[in-house]
Amino acid sequence: MSTPEQSGSTTTVIQQAVNENTDKRDTRAFLKRQVQQSLAFGTLVVLLIFFSLASPNFFTFSNIASVLLSTAVIGILALGTTFVIITGGIDLSLGTGMALCSVMTGVFITNMGLPVWIGVIGGIATGVLMGLINGFNVTFLRLPPFIATLAMMMIAGGLALVISGVAPIYFSTSAPDFKRIALGAIIPGIPNAVLITAVLAIIAFLVLSKTLLGRYTFAIGSNEEATRLSGVNTRRWTIFVYMFAGAFTGIAGVVIASRLDSAQPQIGTGYELQAIAAVIIGGTSLLGGRGSIIGTVIGALIMSVLVNGLSILSIQTEWRNIVVGVVVLLAVFLDSLRNRQRT
Amino acid sequence: MSDPILRVEGISKGFPGVQALQDVHLEVHSGEVLVLVGENGAGKSTLMKILSGIYTRDEGTITFEGQEVELTSPLQAQQLGITIIHQELNLMPDLTVAQNIYIGREPTSALLLSERRLNRQTAELLQRLHIDLNPRRLVGELTVAEQQMVEIAKALSFNAKVLIMDEPTSALTDSEVETLFVLIEQLKASGTGIVYISHRMDELRRLADRVSVLRDGRYIGSLEKSEISVPKIIEMMVGRVIDEGTRPEAREHLGDPVVLDVQGLTTKTLLKDVSFQLHKGEILGFAGLMGAGRTETARAIIGADPRDGGVIQVGGRAARISQPADAVKLGLGYLSEDRKRLGLMLEQSVTFNTVLASLDSYANGIGWMGDSKAKQRTKEYVQQLRVKTPSVNQVVKLLSGGNQQKVVIAKWLMRDCDILIFDEPTRGIDVGAKEEIYRLMQQLADAGKSIIVISSELPEILRVANRIAVFANGRITGTLRNEEASQEKIMQLAAHGEED
Repeated sequence: MSTPEQSGSTTTVIQQAVNENTDKRDTRAFLKRQVQQSLAFGTLVVLLIFFSLASPNFFTFSNIASVLLSTAVIGILALGTTFVIITGGIDLSLGTGMALCSVMTGVFITNMGLPVWIGVIGGIATGVLMGLINGFNVTFLRLPPFIATLAMMMIAGGLALVISGVAPIYFSTSAPDFKRIALGAIIPGIPNAVLITAVLAIIAFLVLSKTLLGRYTFAIGSNEEATRLSGVNTRRWTIFVYMFAGAFTGIAGVVIASRLDSAQPQIGTGYELQAIAAVIIGGTSLLGGRGSIIGTVIGALIMSVLVNGLSILSIQTEWRNIVVGVVVLLAVFLDSLRNRQRT
Repeated sequence: MSDPILRVEGISKGFPGVQALQDVHLEVHSGEVLVLVGENGAGKSTLMKILSGIYTRDEGTITFEGQEVELTSPLQAQQLGITIIHQELNLMPDLTVAQNIYIGREPTSALLLSERRLNRQTAELLQRLHIDLNPRRLVGELTVAEQQMVEIAKALSFNAKVLIMDEPTSALTDSEVETLFVLIEQLKASGTGIVYISHRMDELRRLADRVSVLRDGRYIGSLEKSEISVPKIIEMMVGRVIDEGTRPEAREHLGDPVVLDVQGLTTKTLLKDVSFQLHKGEILGFAGLMGAGRTETARAIIGADPRDGGVIQVGGRAARISQPADAVKLGLGYLSEDRKRLGLMLEQSVTFNTVLASLDSYANGIGWMGDSKAKQRTKEYVQQLRVKTPSVNQVVKLLSGGNQQKVVIAKWLMRDCDILIFDEPTRGIDVGAKEEIYRLMQQLADAGKSIIVISSELPEILRVANRIAVFANGRITGTLRNEEASQEKIMQLAAHGEED
């Protein structure tokens, strides 16, 4: 064997070369990531400019407020499910689950005559409970998330109908102030639903980037087995993630009930896919381990700007879905490009 | 002797950074069994992959039935008459025996599949080979041995003239092995040339007409049946003059307290009554061939795989470990052999990977992370272990193998683990960095950590371990003190322990 000094100096020289090389690669990877991140943001800006030029009615205070209001429910669902998708999972029970949470709020407030705040907490608790069951099925029963939450989607949808007796539950007489939760305006001109969404976005951002739950969300999505071997109770944390997302589903249920001033048992279908689409457009990888709340917010905004803008240009509703579909395709294609570069 | 049916001359094959094969020779005759032996990493698999058309060689010639041939794909090699049966079987469990054998070559009548002709054809083939199987059974319902029969039948349905079998008995029971040997004898009698790759000396004596030995990618030599003796083969496999090199300082740890005591560890799949003790400050080596039960022992201890029996004591107290989180709480850290898949998150930063096992200690009551503290502590470990990285924010994918390994070590040191299990700690790490990892392990042991090191490289085990437990077939077949150990002695214990 060579003397320590000799081997030391050769490794240092090699290492320096390697470091320079990796520095370059690191910068390039960093830039690439920034490009992907800003792509969604750029798209949003381009859409805003395009619709503003195309119609004078688009960039007005009241229209922007209505774009934001229409982002609220999908946005809240998308914020929660971003966590699930980063763990490498998926939640199809968001939409009908939200309807069930609405109905439960209606049952507590209108049918049982309980105070509004209990109804709100009851609605959110329903979402958390569904998350607990989803998480349990995914971890302990080892069901694929797609199947576990597909089943929950059907069960929640059915329960919403059964419990409500297939009829809306109205709040106008039982709790006339209930609609103010979403439609009141603590800040004049901006509906509370928008404010709630913004606050939730900040909470979700902080939880994902600054807390243990957020760190384990990424760890499980990056490499679940390595996380488990590092002594992390991955089952427990996966269940927490589904429960956390369930709370967002519950809040979305309360907000939509308040906005419609009634709990509509049949409303949820399709919301889950729109929420997932928003998350994907925002650059979160369906393979897990990668994603951001800012991306999800931008993704949700892109969707509602598209829908609103196209309707202002009096393009038929049928076409709006087609455009949104194409946007989803493009976003997933970009995601797959990124993953191809990864390997 | 007649001309060989397959002759390989001067084959070389390099991969970036490794010369896997260097000037290798091989001859196979019709109707003989050539047993090919060599340590893990000697180049057997590479050679077999070249012969079955998966890799292309850099140099050398391959002559088959007197003609020089190019092997460009597995299908082409198969059509020529060279077929390999891999250790992991390549069958579709939800198809029948017949459908598996003739996949891609299904008999059709007027564009429709003819299941009846397929089954008749298969029944004839199986009968010819004296294999007692129903062509209509689903492969997923068969035992491993029966599945292997299907693979062999499939190979021979191509009229294979040379059949290469890669450790075919590794998953078989004794009676199944017997059935396989009978089949091999039949194939031999019907003129098939067989290349049989095995580590096991008992099989070699039973089957071999000739033995060829590879070591470090080179052809060492061949022995005719009359010359075969186990000590001679082991000597050829290990080599006489491998640098025995540095050994750890002779130090007696048996008087030190026992930190990990494992008694009668058994699993459904492999382990039988594994017992050992690890002392404080000791480095205990686990030697043995691949699949002998070393990694399985480690995984069973830390609760990554289910145990079927056995008692584990940590620090003198009975330990209840049902998942890795329990093991980590008791101070056991496992550094996986598959660093990239099971040890690290390649897309994440040095900090993320280092703090992963101790994240909860950086979070306050509501789970808020103290990131700057985590980063600071990571920096301390990066300096202490001399991890070469531009910053702790660097993505670990971009670090060299040795530095990646140090990040894993840092993870467990930060978690304050006192018992570290290193599984193949220097796999994929270049020579210079290996020595650094060895020294690091020694320093950790000197500082009072207790270490188990699993390694397939005998020089490595001899370099670092104070004591060496040798595994074979799910058991510990012997434990040697470093002073009394040699590569030959370890190989003898590893090759079943019954050859003395």
